[in-house]
Amino acid sequence: MSKLLVSTTVNGDSYDFACDPSESLLDALRMRLSLTGSKEGCGSGDCGACTVVLDGEIVCSCLVLAAEVDGRQIATIEGVAEGSQLHPIQQKFLELGALQCGFCTPGFIVAAKALLDHNPSPDETEVRYWLAGNLCRCTGYDKIVRAVMDAAAELRQERAPA
Amino acid sequence: MPSPAYHAPETVSQAVALLAGDPAAKPLAGGTDLIVQMRSGRNVPSAIVDLKRIAGMIGVRPHAGGFAVGAATPCTALKNDRALVAAWPGVVEAANLIGSVQVRNRATMAGNLCNASPAADSVPALIAAGATCLIAGPNGNREIAVADLPQGPGRTALAPGEFVVEIRLPARPVGGGDAYLRATPRTEMDIAVVGAGVALVIESSGSCTSARIALGAVAPTALLIEDAGAALVGTRLEDAAVARMAEAVRAASRPIADKRGSVEYRTHMAGVLAVRAVGVARERAGVDA
Amino acid sequence: MNAPQDKHAFRVVGTRPVRPDGVEKVTGKAIYGPDFVAPGMLHAAILRSPHPHARIQGIDTRKAAALPGVKAVVTGADFPSLQSVVVAAGESSSDIIHLSRNCMALEKALYEGHAVAAVAATTLQIAEEALGLIDVDYAVLPHVLDPEDAMRADAPLLHDDVFTKGAEPKPDTPSNVAMYVTLNRGDVGAALENAAVVVSGRYTCQPVHQGYIEPHVCVASWNADDQAQIWVSSQGAFSVRSLTASILTMSQADIRVTPLEIGGGFGGKTGVYLEPVAMLLSRKAGRPVRIAMSRSEVFRATGPAPGAIVDIKLGAAADGTLVGAEIDFKYNAGAYPGNSAHSGIVCSIGHYRVENARISGMEVLCNRPASKAYRAPGAPQVAFAVESALDEIALKLGIDPLDLRLKNAVKPGDPQPMGPAYGEIGYIECLEAAKAHPHWKAPLPAGHARGIGGGFWGNYGGPSTAVVSITEDGSALVTTGSPDIGGSRAAMAMMAAESLQLPYERVRVTIADTSSIGYSMVTGGSRTTFATGKAVVDAAVAVIGTLKERAARMWNVEAGQVEWRDGEAICLADGKTDQRLKIGQIAAKAAFSGGPISAEVAINPGGYLPGFGVHICDVEVDAETGQTFVRRYTAIQDVGRAIHPDYVEGQLQGGAAQGIGWALNEAYVYDAAGLLDNAGFLDYRMPVCSDLPMIDTVLVEKPNPAHPYGVKGVGETPIVPPLAAVGNAVSRAIGVRMHDLPLTPDQVYRAARRKG
Repeated sequence: MSKLLVSTTVNGDSYDFACDPSESLLDALRMRLSLTGSKEGCGSGDCGACTVVLDGEIVCSCLVLAAEVDGRQIATIEGVAEGSQLHPIQQKFLELGALQCGFCTPGFIVAAKALLDHNPSPDETEVRYWLAGNLCRCTGYDKIVRAVMDAAAELRQERAPA
Repeated sequence: MPSPAYHAPETVSQAVALLAGDPAAKPLAGGTDLIVQMRSGRNVPSAIVDLKRIAGMIGVRPHAGGFAVGAATPCTALKNDRALVAAWPGVVEAANLIGSVQVRNRATMAGNLCNASPAADSVPALIAAGATCLIAGPNGNREIAVADLPQGPGRTALAPGEFVVEIRLPARPVGGGDAYLRATPRTEMDIAVVGAGVALVIESSGSCTSARIALGAVAPTALLIEDAGAALVGTRLEDAAVARMAEAVRAASRPIADKRGSVEYRTHMAGVLAVRAVGVARERAGVDA
Repeated sequence: MNAPQDKHAFRVVGTRPVRPDGVEKVTGKAIYGPDFVAPGMLHAAILRSPHPHARIQGIDTRKAAALPGVKAVVTGADFPSLQSVVVAAGESSSDIIHLSRNCMALEKALYEGHAVAAVAATTLQIAEEALGLIDVDYAVLPHVLDPEDAMRADAPLLHDDVFTKGAEPKPDTPSNVAMYVTLNRGDVGAALENAAVVVSGRYTCQPVHQGYIEPHVCVASWNADDQAQIWVSSQGAFSVRSLTASILTMSQADIRVTPLEIGGGFGGKTGVYLEPVAMLLSRKAGRPVRIAMSRSEVFRATGPAPGAIVDIKLGAAADGTLVGAEIDFKYNAGAYPGNSAHSGIVCSIGHYRVENARISGMEVLCNRPASKAYRAPGAPQVAFAVESALDEIALKLGIDPLDLRLKNAVKPGDPQPMGPAYGEIGYIECLEAAKAHPHWKAPLPAGHARGIGGGFWGNYGGPSTAVVSITEDGSALVTTGSPDIGGSRAAMAMMAAESLQLPYERVRVTIADTSSIGYSMVTGGSRTTFATGKAVVDAAVAVIGTLKERAARMWNVEAGQVEWRDGEAICLADGKTDQRLKIGQIAAKAAFSGGPISAEVAINPGGYLPGFGVHICDVEVDAETGQTFVRRYTAIQDVGRAIHPDYVEGQLQGGAAQGIGWALNEAYVYDAAGLLDNAGFLDYRMPVCSDLPMIDTVLVEKPNPAHPYGVKGVGETPIVPPLAAVGNAVSRAIGVRMHDLPLTPDQVYRAARRKG
């Protein structure tokens, strides 16, 4: 079984690694690049805990082969904050208590950020349907939705012309 | 289980050669069915042939007055083509009910079609729209109706070495409107218990001149139900005609009972969804009751 | 969202600061079970029975062991022989032999997915390939999946050494009924005969999985000198230590269990599945071994909550006073005993005064994965039946369902079902809060229906250890052995900060491994903020005593002449009343004033109180499709005192969401061969974000006098009311009493059709 060489960009940084052809992007991120922020909850695209951004769109990294991302751009939870500066979504999750065990949180933050990048003014229904691919078992989603809507409001204010 | 080989050909003929040369090789577009099946052991390909680097496989373009959708075009990308959304909103909606946003950024209609699940969401809408698919293979290209591709659960009419290159939709007829509705236990993330795709043509007088009613998850493959369409053609979609249509839908449905629904419920829902989808399609055809 | 109603003179308790582990968790840095890596670790895979019931006649592992890259293979034969003894296992208790066999089968496979062998190799692929080389000689036996089938005389018998506990006279033939518990008071026959209204029915619900998003995983390293380390995400590292030590006949001091961050547990991660297997592999291979479950394995081989069949007869007088209850329930408990039926007995009608009652509960074994605790284990199933029957009585008598409950609700001083009188409980206050709530008063939109459900959980105290120490610069460190599954680090820091009168940011919390702190029971049972919290507060109080002593020494005054106020020592001695010492000043001199300043408290506090709740649920049912949409939801609960209201609200919201899933869509589906057909999140349907509305909460605060800050346990009660809140709403929506959960669209459509 020969390995493939993959060159890719994750959170703006270049990485090279060797992988098996059937290896998932999620496993490559976690095991080869030690980026363990993205989680495996199901391995079948049903829980969203492995959500990353691939060429600008959110995907389940458990359903992408590592081989497919040669030459592509990936963004993970590890790249959401800028250095120590938390993104407003991360800050709102903390302020509103929108995490309990925190395992689903990276997937939600990446997915929510993608939503707000696409649509800066989602209503509650739009938020809920966008995040339907991210399972949470602890919170009942209430505080997560509030955190996303609060973060959206804050980002709209930040981006509003002075 | 040994890892399959991975290839990313850059032309259709390279892909054909790889697939024809190895009967256990599988094409890869979005991977949201193939990779799931590889993990569960249901599908053990010897090689994966990634189609996404072939020019023309991703994107929507005008074709013969209608549209050609590259087989590796993700479902969400369909929403970005305004002309397609305007012409076949039911098809675009159907494709955008599959899975989650994350899944739809990868999943494709062609993959949905070729995976040949009886419950595939895009298929009833494509059949109702009269879609065809262009197939490339070792003996050249051929075009067949989407309705003729699935042969049974997990089986298609593709010969060894063949794969779908694009899905073609005709021009929207004047007075046309389409819709797709499905029944799921939750609001999202479920496989359809039943799906109904409807495409109508209603002329300016209000008379229905064409009705294609296709149902998913009530038979081993999605069904175009001729009797249901016939019940509407020539009518003004009065309640009695719509009720006859629903009766024909129920009569043609032969679902199984499984973890997603009972026979009784599926048959009942086939009628309910067909009626509701006719309502949406009719509104889109722009004619008031 | 309603903030706690009483205003207190607390600086920290009751506020909503950012949790101390928050930044790590929103940036993906926190190390959960699957994230941990030990240098040189091997990867293991587990071979699981494809049959729901089979005798294991032989296992040949030679080809597997010979595969290059394979470093160790184990089967049930590698486990030590054990003497039968019942041990505490998380929130319940089990025979250690059963716990061992559940980790790996020996004589029989008792469910599809039961572990029968394991391989450790240099890569996971090699380990999985090696599994394919193991030959297991199964003699397939007939299987049984449902309790009433399992109770028949001709049913396949799971164990020939399980005799019904609690049956009189003591049985001498083995049975699939593992336990039988009864409670009798008064004369229920006469009471029901004289009742103005009697409702009866059979209510059923299915086994449901806790559904934590993080699958089980552990890394174990067992050296030739007998010392071992285990890294695992668990609700109780000490439980992992004691069960692993018992199963492997080791000294507990030889195992250090390090708790990693945990991605959900809800009771399901209070025992062991993988740890003893990983240990044995590691011992053989001489290297650390990692085993991770896939989602499919989690469903096939870890414990759901049991399902139940509940037969109920409930009688009331014309004014709604409950006069008698007959309740018989059978848990569908899975392959091994260990689910106490006591909680089902207690939580069935323990929230109401009913003079005459005859209640019985059975634990019935079936060829399914062994049940495990899932928030309020045993209670929701039986409360569903009782709260539904109450709704029927309300409808029959034309009484408002809240008023009916208020009339019968237990008050402080009323007798408990099993035990002394209730202390300062708050069910009445919750019901009154529900009556006053805008949700209850809101007119129902057309096509919507409203249901309520009440319930409670007894909560617990439990053995707990905490250390509070002061750093040389005057900050405080709190160390406990209680893993944080939902924000308890924040609560511990807040209680310590409040007690020490320090700013919250000057208090940091560590969750220590089992070798670094004394014993604590699992984080579960709704005990942690109460019991570990009390230990933390007691330790903080002890530290204040030490700080005052040191200040006295520094001032050269008597120890009694120092007061601690606002985080400072104040001198009370004549002529020195202007003297102050900040905590930092005292701490800086600690080495010379008597030594480091810290206190450890190890307790098992009594005085815990049950938590009562009531939920209001509005649904819209599409009768044509049978789909139920939850449109509005309010969860009201007596929480004693909310240390950090966000995380208390979160417990109510999370438990409600789990209960809604249990009511509407979650169930295990088996095919004709007894194999699980929905072992994944696609067809095991937990609520997704678009399925739920906002979940409003009311934190009723009736403080517990036995806790320094009035805490009552909160985590488990929230899953008890929702099954009936949803069931009653749907029943009212379609005018048909729904008895069987889940209320899938298929079920609701058919019920609505029967009616019309």
